[in-house]
Amino acid sequence: MAEKFKEKATVVYQSCIAPDIYSMWLQTAKIASQAVPGQFISIYCNDASRLLPRPISICEINVRSGMLRVVYRIAGKGTEEFSRLHPGDAVDILGPLGNGFPLERARGKRALLIGGGIGLPPMLELCKQLPGEKVIVAGFRSDTFLMEDFQALAPVAVATEDGSTGAKGTVLDAIREQGLKADIIYACGPTPMLKAVKNYAAEEQIECWISMEERMGCGIGACLACVCQSKEVDEHSRVHNKRVCKEGPVFEAGEVEL
Amino acid sequence: METRSMKVNIAGVELKNPVMTCSGTFGSGMEYSEFVDLNVLGAVVTKGVANVPWEGNPTPRITEVYGGILNAIGLQNPGIDVFCERDIPFLKKYDTKIVVNVCGRSVEDYCEVAERLGDEPVDLLEINISCPNVKHGGIAFGQDPKAAAQITGAIKRYAKQPVIVKLSPNVTDIAQMAQAVEAAGADAVSLINTITGMKIDIHKRQFALANKTGGMSGPAVKPVAVRMVYQAANAVKIPVIGMGGIATAEDALEFILAGATAVAVGTANFYRPDATAKIVQGIQDYMEKYHISDITELIGAVR
Repeated sequence: MAEKFKEKATVVYQSCIAPDIYSMWLQTAKIASQAVPGQFISIYCNDASRLLPRPISICEINVRSGMLRVVYRIAGKGTEEFSRLHPGDAVDILGPLGNGFPLERARGKRALLIGGGIGLPPMLELCKQLPGEKVIVAGFRSDTFLMEDFQALAPVAVATEDGSTGAKGTVLDAIREQGLKADIIYACGPTPMLKAVKNYAAEEQIECWISMEERMGCGIGACLACVCQSKEVDEHSRVHNKRVCKEGPVFEAGEVEL
Repeated sequence: METRSMKVNIAGVELKNPVMTCSGTFGSGMEYSEFVDLNVLGAVVTKGVANVPWEGNPTPRITEVYGGILNAIGLQNPGIDVFCERDIPFLKKYDTKIVVNVCGRSVEDYCEVAERLGDEPVDLLEINISCPNVKHGGIAFGQDPKAAAQITGAIKRYAKQPVIVKLSPNVTDIAQMAQAVEAAGADAVSLINTITGMKIDIHKRQFALANKTGGMSGPAVKPVAVRMVYQAANAVKIPVIGMGGIATAEDALEFILAGATAVAVGTANFYRPDATAKIVQGIQDYMEKYHISDITELIGAVR
């Protein structure tokens, strides 16, 4: 596994791209050059009363300029603090963390990249780096975001719960409506969506990789807070508790209980 | 230049400096070795290990509170066999003392682990009778002086290494607990373990932790910990290892002045992965600044 770094990153640009959804570009010294799609960074709060780092998935990687893009939702006081950062502000980050998506598995195949809500951002860098044919399936409650970014790279199918854009319903409704076929699936999103995608992939016998989320402590595999139930015995405790931050966040769908 | 000694002695084991890690916050050092040179630490205290693997609690296992965190990991661990094969050889590569935290559900479980460690290159055992997050064992032994003395005595019959007993702050009289385990043969005490707490998510209207309650740690608990370390250190003759919210050298020095022979860094590792090494350096700088030639001069210096 690549090295991890704790750095003081600098905010290059930040904007609100949908209600409560922010896009932030960070200048890093080393992390951008080491990161791969599907990995995440831990962002630390400047307010010292908030101790735990916030794990946020990497949306885009620009190795040449050493920049990373994160797209996150305000979910509490920590992310609210991040949303108030301005260009030039410093923020402590740790990364790159986690395993990332397996890219080579998609070579010569048709891939579906499925993102639900705030699970969509990591699909952007994946889309850029994944070999083979690909179609994006994006699910939202109502407001869409990152659509232009994806449309510049690949065909996009959209579903919204309220039907305001694309298919009315879930990502699976969009897949069925458009008759999308795949040999491999990559998915990130809320647990009900991951469950549905996992079942769909199992029924259709499609290889499927999902990115998981869990409350994290250290972010590097030491504290054992962010475990998920795994079919296989885990590397750390030899029980069935894989660490989302270390063995994950990306797992083969059959490997984890949702 | 004057020579300055940071060496401290815990039950006959000499630590190169008083900075240790808190059990459960540092794994067995592997993950943190990317951020900290383990050779600079006085000792690494491992995550609790039992006789067999433990699954731990359901998730969510961790949440944040003002100036601290609550955790209810539930002592997930690989059991003593894997630990001896994997974790001890890893730590042996470093020039630091190895303290193994021992947990169990019954007196027999604890004794079995202590006995297994007898022939391992381990320097000290730390007996966890204060974990608030497991139903059996742990704190069941840590809130009653008689039960604490009984388990300490039993483990002492099996342990070849000196025994540190880790005390719970969730008691009325910490001095009485420290005296009870000292009388039963403990070679040192460490405190504080986490303070039992609870957090409720008002939007979801549910507990923030699957276990409902969790152990609170972090800077917010430090004044409680300093007070308890002071009381324990004044009640017993054995060394006291102080912990609870230590994030800086200043914090560590407070505990030492209160009577701690050594200190341990826990929650701070989560937000400052190199906190331990920074604290060693900071204590050294303090000794330079105030011309302290031997750190032991500072232990319990405030009365």
